[in-house]
Amino acid sequence: MSHQSASVREPLILGEKTYHQITEDIAKPIEGKANNLFKILFTISALLALWGVACFAYTIGTGIGVWGLNKTVGWAWDITNFVWWVGIGHAGTLISAILLLFRQRWRMSINRSAEAMTIFAVICAALFPVMHMGRVWLAYWVLPLPNQFGSLWVNFNSPLLWDVFAISTYFTVSLVFWYTGLIPDFATIRDRQVKPKMKRIYSILSFGWSGSAKQWSRFEEVSLVLAGLSTPLVLSVHTIVSMDFATSVIPGWHTTIFPPYFVAGAVFSGFAMVLTLLIIMRKVLHLEDYITITHVESMNKIIIITGSIVGVAYLTELFVSWYSGVEYEQYAFLNRATGPYWWSYWSMMTCNVITPQLFWFKKIRKSLMATFIISIFVNIGMWFERFVIIVTSLHRDYLPSSWTMFHPTFIDIGIFLGTIGIFFTLFLLFSRTFPVIALNELKTILKSTSENPKPPHH
Amino acid sequence: MSNTKKYWKGIEELQETPEFLNQKQNEFAEELPVDKFLGDDKLVNTNTNRRDFLKVLGFSVTAASLAACETPVRKAIPYLNKPEEITPGVANYYASSYWDGQDFASVVVKTREARPIKIDGNELCSITNGGSTARVQASVLSLYDSNRLRKPQMNGKEAEWSAVDKEVKSKLEAIAQRGGNIRIFTSTIISPSIKAAVAEFTIAYPTTQVVTYDAVSLKAIADAHLASHGKAMIPTYQFDKADFVLGIGCDFLTNWLSPVEYARQYASKRKLSKDKKEMSRHVQIESLLSLTGSNADKRVALKPSQLGLAAISIYNKLTGSSISTAATDKDNAIAEVAKELASYKGKALVVCGINDPAIQQVVNAINTYLGAYGNTINTDVIDYTRQGNDAAVANLVSEMNAGSVDALIIHGTNPVYSLANGDAFKTALSKVDLSISLSDVADETASACKIIAPNSHFLESWSDANPRTGHYTLGQPVINPLGSTREALASLLNWAGNTTNAHDYIAKYWEVMLYATSAEIAGFSTFWNKTLNAGLLVKSTEIVTNSVPTVTPAPSSTPVVSDIKPVADLSAAGSSIVSSAKSAKGIEVVIYEKTGLGWGAQANNPWLQELPDPVTKVTWDNYVLMNPDEMREKGFNVLMGQEQLSDTVDVTIGTKKLSLPAVAQPGLPKGVVAIAVGYGRTAAGKTANGIGANAFSLVGTSGGYYQFNVSGASISGSTGKYNIAATQTHHTMMGRQIVKETTLEEYKKDSKAGNEDLLLATNLKNIGKDGKAKPQELDLWQNFEYKNHFWNMAIDLNSCIGCGSCVVSCTAENNVPVVGKDEVRRSREMHWMRIDRYFTSSMNEEVAEKEGVGAIDKFLKMEVPSTDDSLEVVFQPVMCQHCNQAPCETVCPVLATTHSLEGLNQMTYNRCIGTRYCANNCPYKVRRFNWFRYNENEAFDFNMYDDMGKMVLNPDVTVRSRGVMEKCSMCVQRIQAGKLSAKKKSERPADGSIKTACQQACPTNAITFGDFNDQNSAVRKAWNDERKYQLLEEVGTQPSVYYLTKVRNKPATTKA
Repeated sequence: MSHQSASVREPLILGEKTYHQITEDIAKPIEGKANNLFKILFTISALLALWGVACFAYTIGTGIGVWGLNKTVGWAWDITNFVWWVGIGHAGTLISAILLLFRQRWRMSINRSAEAMTIFAVICAALFPVMHMGRVWLAYWVLPLPNQFGSLWVNFNSPLLWDVFAISTYFTVSLVFWYTGLIPDFATIRDRQVKPKMKRIYSILSFGWSGSAKQWSRFEEVSLVLAGLSTPLVLSVHTIVSMDFATSVIPGWHTTIFPPYFVAGAVFSGFAMVLTLLIIMRKVLHLEDYITITHVESMNKIIIITGSIVGVAYLTELFVSWYSGVEYEQYAFLNRATGPYWWSYWSMMTCNVITPQLFWFKKIRKSLMATFIISIFVNIGMWFERFVIIVTSLHRDYLPSSWTMFHPTFIDIGIFLGTIGIFFTLFLLFSRTFPVIALNELKTILKSTSENPKPPHH
Repeated sequence: MSNTKKYWKGIEELQETPEFLNQKQNEFAEELPVDKFLGDDKLVNTNTNRRDFLKVLGFSVTAASLAACETPVRKAIPYLNKPEEITPGVANYYASSYWDGQDFASVVVKTREARPIKIDGNELCSITNGGSTARVQASVLSLYDSNRLRKPQMNGKEAEWSAVDKEVKSKLEAIAQRGGNIRIFTSTIISPSIKAAVAEFTIAYPTTQVVTYDAVSLKAIADAHLASHGKAMIPTYQFDKADFVLGIGCDFLTNWLSPVEYARQYASKRKLSKDKKEMSRHVQIESLLSLTGSNADKRVALKPSQLGLAAISIYNKLTGSSISTAATDKDNAIAEVAKELASYKGKALVVCGINDPAIQQVVNAINTYLGAYGNTINTDVIDYTRQGNDAAVANLVSEMNAGSVDALIIHGTNPVYSLANGDAFKTALSKVDLSISLSDVADETASACKIIAPNSHFLESWSDANPRTGHYTLGQPVINPLGSTREALASLLNWAGNTTNAHDYIAKYWEVMLYATSAEIAGFSTFWNKTLNAGLLVKSTEIVTNSVPTVTPAPSSTPVVSDIKPVADLSAAGSSIVSSAKSAKGIEVVIYEKTGLGWGAQANNPWLQELPDPVTKVTWDNYVLMNPDEMREKGFNVLMGQEQLSDTVDVTIGTKKLSLPAVAQPGLPKGVVAIAVGYGRTAAGKTANGIGANAFSLVGTSGGYYQFNVSGASISGSTGKYNIAATQTHHTMMGRQIVKETTLEEYKKDSKAGNEDLLLATNLKNIGKDGKAKPQELDLWQNFEYKNHFWNMAIDLNSCIGCGSCVVSCTAENNVPVVGKDEVRRSREMHWMRIDRYFTSSMNEEVAEKEGVGAIDKFLKMEVPSTDDSLEVVFQPVMCQHCNQAPCETVCPVLATTHSLEGLNQMTYNRCIGTRYCANNCPYKVRRFNWFRYNENEAFDFNMYDDMGKMVLNPDVTVRSRGVMEKCSMCVQRIQAGKLSAKKKSERPADGSIKTACQQACPTNAITFGDFNDQNSAVRKAWNDERKYQLLEEVGTQPSVYYLTKVRNKPATTKA
């Protein structure tokens, strides 16, 4: 894969790097000592995570009633958080699978951490459909297990069941894909370790990788196969999540546009979260040479595209609700924009439709600070999108007698913050123990796209 | 290299002696003394080997550790000797009588294993016809009120009956000997036996006088009849004969004399069918938007002080008289009413609930002019349920204050709470030498008495009743007294020196007084058993009861219509009305009874507290109702909701001040507020204490009559914020076709008026006309096949008055938990059925189009109910619609909600994991989630946490655990029971033999339930009715519950 890069393209690796230098740079966070910034971040994240765990425990002990849900709004922050986290979990696999198939070389510096983010986001996401159950101790009943309850089986008509399959498959494949990529890198770390204990751990993790040509060849093949497997999953997971809503009868949920709209939204939010994380990470772990403005810009371009798709979807929804002639649909969308939850709708619109359009300006697109701020906006906006879809549709559905409002409780908020804590705790642990950049893959493009003097043509 | 060294164990090994070689085979050098160790031949012969031993060991350890974390043991103690009439698992039913001092009902009590668990109306009773009110339904829970006294009390300490009796008797004798005054202060007594016992008591203590007191008095009706008919009586009303009903400040459907009966009669005139296309017209002139007014075809809202003026105007218009009157705010509307009324001579009925004899006289005069007496008013059958004498009560209090009352026995009433000057009564009570309360709880009055001789609950008592001329009922105990309590009847008898128990006394009374005149049945025991079985006896002639020395005139000879005096002179009445109307100043206050709590006798009943008020939909509180426009002017919050705090205001009349939250009530005129009684209890029990404020303290007195409309109030600005808990916080239909409605005029022209077919445009060629199809025809799913039964329900919106009996009945039948105010505020009430109430808005599609209002503004304005007289109210009971294409069924991941072969949408609680997806996907929002564990949870300290309260639970219905979904099951336990009893007779269940709890409680028979597959069933007929529609049929859920369009008897309007 040592294509020559056209000189018009920005190099993807800055600084005059050698192969060894790359190894050094990427192994440094693992081998060095944690700095204070890391310690502070880790403490905050771990405390948040613990707080979330405590809130979860309180919920299990007392009942779902400690959340703000009611007879009309049966899902709110729980499923909002679920869809939000699943959405975030989309970027990793998209980057590693689809971009691999499209031979986008800029993915190489970011795919590892994006995939890690995917795994952690899916873990956070999966907590919610489990925890939102009234009887969480019976959660295994959603699995089609042979059982002694009689001829009891799961309901294959239920989109929630499809979710179970979609998410577990996605999680498994993402994990395998991620891990496969890690094997050669673990081996590199292993070979550099001097402490016997660490060496032992990394040698277990690296599955005895020796770097032989045969292994590399198989590695490439497996990656390709997994990329092929993952690609439809990227599309299917959020398609199926969207069907939780799309197949229902609730105005505002019952919408055929949901599958593509959700997938675009997921990629949109996933890239935003990748940016949020990487902009911090490159600074903290001194990876500015590998995660360059070029990378950021590429991702920003994807954000413009997906953000625009999402924007078009919002407008299409409005149009279809008006065009449908169904008074419930019409009211549902009018209520979103002008009802008691107008602020959430307009937060969503501002964050998701307007702010990403700023990326049309090259200056903004290439500004780390602007990108970071906008990525936060998109994260917020995408959370509101799910909130708007779930809560504003439910709170005023068919019969006005049941219309009511949803007010979150401290536990709702605590659980959400808790998952953010869990996510960052895992990510920080990852950044100190795993090679955060696919260093061996990256080395394959060093010759073709770096600031090194170009080797003479043979 | 390799190690070839060998070490010997000993010289034997080196030499390889034969002994060594021999022993080398064995693991142990010497044979283990196993046999000796076990020392038992039997063990040798068993098959237990090491593996078995380990298995047993493992099992024992596991079992021991499991046993260490055992669940609490629950004891079910079987009968040692099975009582003859009790079969575990089979319900027994006993007829009895309900009387709370105000409302009467003949009831049937369902018991399971000797526990009463449900009360329904007695279908044999011609008064209630099997219907019941929310209060009757809830009274079974009051039996299990742990606040009820377990023992008599003397001076605040528990005492034995013998000691109490001795003390009371000795004191009474001493008082009687010195000629001291003894007073029995009682709520209306309709029991002939108690009257006889009182008479006996009076013979024993001749200085006894009875003072009868109704907290919500209607004495003016009786006294007005004394003026107009020469006889103080409350006649019975026949709404089923009235083509025109005019109610003047009278909530006759829920809180006036005989609500179940009048509601049923009223509804019977309003039922429509293919063969009956006529209905009565109902006009209501009132201040507070009552439940009755909500059902009216036309409602005129007037200030309370002007209601009397309206009556005079109507009288003047009708008769051409010119009794002086004053202008009201709505003279034109009143003149129109009078004009209409004139054309209904002989078929009209005017009823008035105002306790003012002058107004009642005018109403009597109107009724006389209209020929109502003898047609729609029956003076042959007199209502005995209100015998209170307001003036006598005032007299008693002054007697007590003067120290001239030596003994006071208080029965069935709570004057310290319910008298406007309750505190004064309490002070006066302390001056009485011997004060005895017969109350079953240490309520506000009883706790101020020296002795409490607790009465038994009516379900623990023998009783009888004579609620009206010729109508006698018996009440029998269905459970042994839960505490050491005794019927008031027995207490009075005992103190009078007669130790007969209540049963024997009543039986004797009936034998002498009633059996003697019923020659048709041979043998008293047969007569007694028959009557007891039926619960009632209807006699065509009045039995002369023992004369009771009472201040109230006892019912005497029956008046005949010809007794009616020509209305002599209304000018005195007229000028009284005018002068009191003119003297009204400041803000006027309407003091009213809520449909649930009434005057508050059962305030400690959590079912009634949680029952939403039918009109405001607020639970657990009383409040100041105000006109919403006025509230906006004052800057008060008119909205309801979890975080929508109401403003607290002070309502002050003279020295009396109530501090309550202000709640918006469309239909209430400006300058008028309304406050419900029944709240503000301080000694009713843990459920009721401290809720709201006592509005009885504002009740006025005029000419010796309690006035529930008072004036001269002032209202402060907001003094604070208060959280109101309402089950419905949005009040209008938002222009949707939810309650379909039409006018009688249009209905006569077209039975489908207001219920035009909903056609959806499709591009399908093979369907309907031009591809237009009914939603039912467009279906993705396969239809279920119901080969045996197909249970359906029809609800006639023209009959439903919104009273809420069904809601309490459902709560009782299905073990629906009470969740308390805070949870209701969070929209988490658990009621399986609710009654949606919608107000009309002055904004609708037509107005929007005409005035060019944009969509956003249109919907915002639609949310606001009208505040003028165009306001109309509709009620719609909604429970699980048992959809045949149920959205909930498809989404449950674990198949916890499924469709039965008989068309029921069923919940399997065991299987439910609580994803709540089904509730989200329910277009009717009828599913209820167990957010917490509601039973045995001290955070929900209601009946399910209480050892006594739990006894009311229906053993046929699962008590749901935390985290599962629940909803209406169409009383599947009743369906199963009905099918079983039919099967035992080798029949199919007869139509009407299975009744759901809501259907059974309904006083107006608005609910029909049955088998759709039975071609002749009532529900099948309802299906074929052209008024039938399914709620939200366009969603395609195909419900098994359907509604019949509401029809208002009013001129056709432009289509709304």
